[in-house]
Amino acid sequence: MILGVNYMAWRWLFSVNWSAAWISVPLVIVETYSLIDAFLFGVTMWKLRVRDTPPAPPEDLTVDAFITTYNEPISLVMTTALAASRISYPHKTWILDDGARPAMKRAAENAGIGYITRSPDWENHPRHAKAGNLNNALAATQGEFLLILDADQVPEPEIVHSMLGHFNNEKVALVQTPQWFHNVTDEDILGSQAPLFYGPIQQGKDGWNAAFFCGSNAMIRREALMQIGITGYVQGVRTTVQQTLKAADKVITKARAEHAATGPHVNRALNDVGQAVRSARKELHENKPVANVTYDFQRKVDAASKSIVTVDVAALLADLDEIARLSRDGGTGAYIGDDVIDRLARRDWSPIGAIESVREMVQALDVDRSEEALPVMPMATNSVTEDMATCMRLHTQGWESVYHHEIQAKGLAPEDLRTMLTQRLRWAQGTMQVFLRENPLLQRGLSLGQRLMYFSTMWSYLSGFAAVVYIAAPIIFLCFGVMPVDAFSVDFFARLIPFLVMNQMLFFVAARGRKTWRGQQYSLALFPVWIKACTTAAANVLFGRDLGFAVTPKTRQDGGPPWSLIRPQLVAIAALVVAAVTGLVRMFTGLGAPAGTLVNIAWVVFDLLILSVIIRAALYKGFTPTEGVENSGI
Amino acid sequence: MEFDVELSGPEGAVIRVSGRLNMVSAPKLRDLVTHIVHGDGRSHLVVDLAGTDFVDSSGLGALIAGLKTARSAGGDLRIARAGTQVTMVLELTGLDRILQSHDSVEECFQ
Repeated sequence: MILGVNYMAWRWLFSVNWSAAWISVPLVIVETYSLIDAFLFGVTMWKLRVRDTPPAPPEDLTVDAFITTYNEPISLVMTTALAASRISYPHKTWILDDGARPAMKRAAENAGIGYITRSPDWENHPRHAKAGNLNNALAATQGEFLLILDADQVPEPEIVHSMLGHFNNEKVALVQTPQWFHNVTDEDILGSQAPLFYGPIQQGKDGWNAAFFCGSNAMIRREALMQIGITGYVQGVRTTVQQTLKAADKVITKARAEHAATGPHVNRALNDVGQAVRSARKELHENKPVANVTYDFQRKVDAASKSIVTVDVAALLADLDEIARLSRDGGTGAYIGDDVIDRLARRDWSPIGAIESVREMVQALDVDRSEEALPVMPMATNSVTEDMATCMRLHTQGWESVYHHEIQAKGLAPEDLRTMLTQRLRWAQGTMQVFLRENPLLQRGLSLGQRLMYFSTMWSYLSGFAAVVYIAAPIIFLCFGVMPVDAFSVDFFARLIPFLVMNQMLFFVAARGRKTWRGQQYSLALFPVWIKACTTAAANVLFGRDLGFAVTPKTRQDGGPPWSLIRPQLVAIAALVVAAVTGLVRMFTGLGAPAGTLVNIAWVVFDLLILSVIIRAALYKGFTPTEGVENSGI
Repeated sequence: MEFDVELSGPEGAVIRVSGRLNMVSAPKLRDLVTHIVHGDGRSHLVVDLAGTDFVDSSGLGALIAGLKTARSAGGDLRIARAGTQVTMVLELTGLDRILQSHDSVEECFQ
């Protein structure tokens, strides 16, 4: 760490080549980025926690096992569901079928496994993908603890016994086990296994009480989820009410302008609603409870509505009298009572509803969250990676999480590049959504360590921008002789090399013989994915653009090598090769300085080694099971 | 909300309502009826409600006001093909005794 700061300080103060600032400044910035990344990694490793086997759980807890599915093959889901039903701890198994497929229902019923689809509440409401699926099931079940499994994650019979004991500590809300894939060879071309993450990184986060929830192979305490659901509900209502009140004057002014000619009715109604808005705002400002503020507001709108209906009815009765006089049969005897007036004034028939924008505004100023299917959404719905967002809320409320380092379920990894890229993009997008919507650095209730642990993961997804600079810098030097640093001097290496060595040693020690090279390659080689994730997530959060939610296919997608998916990487590879050749030519013709050229050639070779994985991934033909490896159902 | 007017015979007209008959659109219907009765001299009116699924107290008021206008000019206003919500409101207010919905526009002219 000290070595890193020493190097970076020297880089900023003495070595930036200001005459070529356009490349040297970006380079020193991304080097600083990498140093911070290394620092965050060091912080993670600092508190690495290897847990002992937990105590045995009590035998009388109630457990629901949820298997989430949308469109995975039925045989695959059933393999997982049957394995789940064989879990030895007493429990109930449920298939959460978001595709509502009749064949899935039949298969579940034949096997005596619970089957849940969305309730009618969800019609015409946002579905929130997997988070919505889980929230729907939470409302339909009662177990004190939930085991969550993706459709392909086949659990061991002992899974619940091995995890449940952690909940003897009543502050524990979540226990996460590793995700491990059985359809992956030792080489793991697509980089599916994450031995560094499901190992030292999670253990390090665990040390800071920030072990992550990763969406599957985890157990959750229902009470904790419900608590964050209710907290989220209260906050959601407050935010909606505040935002609506803020925009209300505009809505009313606009409505008044548009409907000025419609008649005194409308003007009076708008005046009344406007008055109700002003007093609601005042009450909220005085910190009255939102429930009271909205209740008062709704009562005032009801009164305004009733006064319109009363005037309408009075005019109508007068007209009827007139009609009766015309026909001379002595009155119609028409009478409209108070109860009828009340009915005509109720929200669904209220004349105020005639102005759409005002109707929506009135509806939003209530505590029923009518814009959502369920008022209480325990699983966070503000990100496509609901797991991370939910976990952070649990930590914010003071709950603890546990990383249980024992493989208790085995799943299926993507078998082709396209599927793998979709999956990585979604993870990165979701993470950046959380970063932009609920920045962990600003969350009250999180400890400093927890903030850094969440921030660390988000920070790492910015690496796409750094990769571009790391690839561009040697190309620019080799082709044009532009030096991003003042000198490739003794001074430079004396500072850089100790830092690099220490950094790699930390990595090596942390990995303890695990295969981490694949992960390192992909963190750089997928730079277009990370950049796209950052830009789309920003467009989504800031401008409300659609992100698109892709369900990762669990079966292989066919077709030839998908070169078009990795065009940026191919362009980068070509440019690096051309640059290396150009650089050598320049050196031998005496144009380029030998030291600089050789350093940069080495740099290019390193970049190429990293990027080469993407070509192998594109050529990857999928997993062929070898003896002793079970290929489950596809 | 839109109103289509179709002339029928020397004294009749059909007003086809599409959209919601509510506080915003009701005054337009009122004006339209006045215009047809006093401007064009047609006082036998049919309001075809097949295209509307909602009426509120203001809409109801416009129908009765139209009835008054037509009657005072010696004609009548009848309604046809009212939907579920409209029928419900008419029954609730007891106005179904005065404005009974007919099954078709033709039936209204018989």
